[in-house]
Amino acid sequence: MAKRVAIVENILSANDRLAQENRLRLAAAGLFAVNLMASPGAGKTSLIEQTLPRLTGSLRVAVVDGDIATSLDADRAAAAGAQAAIQINTGGDCHLDAVMLQKALDQLELEEFDLLLVENVGNLVCPASFSLGTHLSVLVASIPEGDDKPHKYPGMYSGADVLILNKIDLLPYITFRMDFFKQGVEILNPGVVTFPLSCRTGEGLDQWVDWLVEKVKAFKSR
Amino acid sequence: MHELSVTESILEIALRHAQESNAKRITDLYLVIGQLSSIVDDSVQFYWDIISKDTPAEGAQLHFQRIPARLACLECGHEYSPEGDLSCPACHSARVKVIAGKEFRLDAMDVE
Repeated sequence: MAKRVAIVENILSANDRLAQENRLRLAAAGLFAVNLMASPGAGKTSLIEQTLPRLTGSLRVAVVDGDIATSLDADRAAAAGAQAAIQINTGGDCHLDAVMLQKALDQLELEEFDLLLVENVGNLVCPASFSLGTHLSVLVASIPEGDDKPHKYPGMYSGADVLILNKIDLLPYITFRMDFFKQGVEILNPGVVTFPLSCRTGEGLDQWVDWLVEKVKAFKSR
Repeated sequence: MHELSVTESILEIALRHAQESNAKRITDLYLVIGQLSSIVDDSVQFYWDIISKDTPAEGAQLHFQRIPARLACLECGHEYSPEGDLSCPACHSARVKVIAGKEFRLDAMDVE
């Protein structure tokens, strides 16, 4: 005899539950966590490399790097001065999820750090669907990707708390309609905090780092 | 792109509820998927047929209810389903919010 069972359960609820556990665990340790998301090549690792030296002496930073393979990014973060750098290899998965971050947190003495930078897998679609339990979502866009990306990847652009527009030093060489880009961002994420900068020349980086330090301080003084 | 892990989550939820209601077999699953959730029906069905083997959910039929995207204009309040351009067709404002289309849930299932 067949019968109907009502469920109404969010399919990603298991991930969301674990993400909430991560969030509470990080908060208990006073560790502010940032989820860095971007397409491959936008400059996530370069942003970490440029951010770390500017935090020396003020914040103790750990980095968790997600990639399908290799430990190249964690090596770069360690070389740039991260007090701890952990590589997660997803083995083919296109995004980090809350379980992967949980395992990385197990490898860290959380109380020893003020800031955790989590570098997600380079991908403009999937990472947006999987909460990790971080406190801030940062999207790194870059000039060579083109001005149509907000229009084409609405999920990623609508979920970001901060937008970084990297490689602005290339603006003279590339056709990039800033109005069209900004229009797409404004539709999906009205008023989102935006930092135009260049990891190559250093332009705009201090403004981003100052803002980040204030965020961490506000978090720790709660 | 990540339909395999998503399909595993669907199976986990379905088997858990089947056990709670003492069901022997799951015959049908009713999924609700928003247009903006970037999930591909065919791909979920493909993985489902593989991973549900040798479970009480083997052979279950998946039913997909698609929810179209609905946006609301923050300037004039107009509600609409976007076609290409996301801005408000009534007042052309770019300040809009998503009110439907992000759903991704398992609503119900039929069991024996």
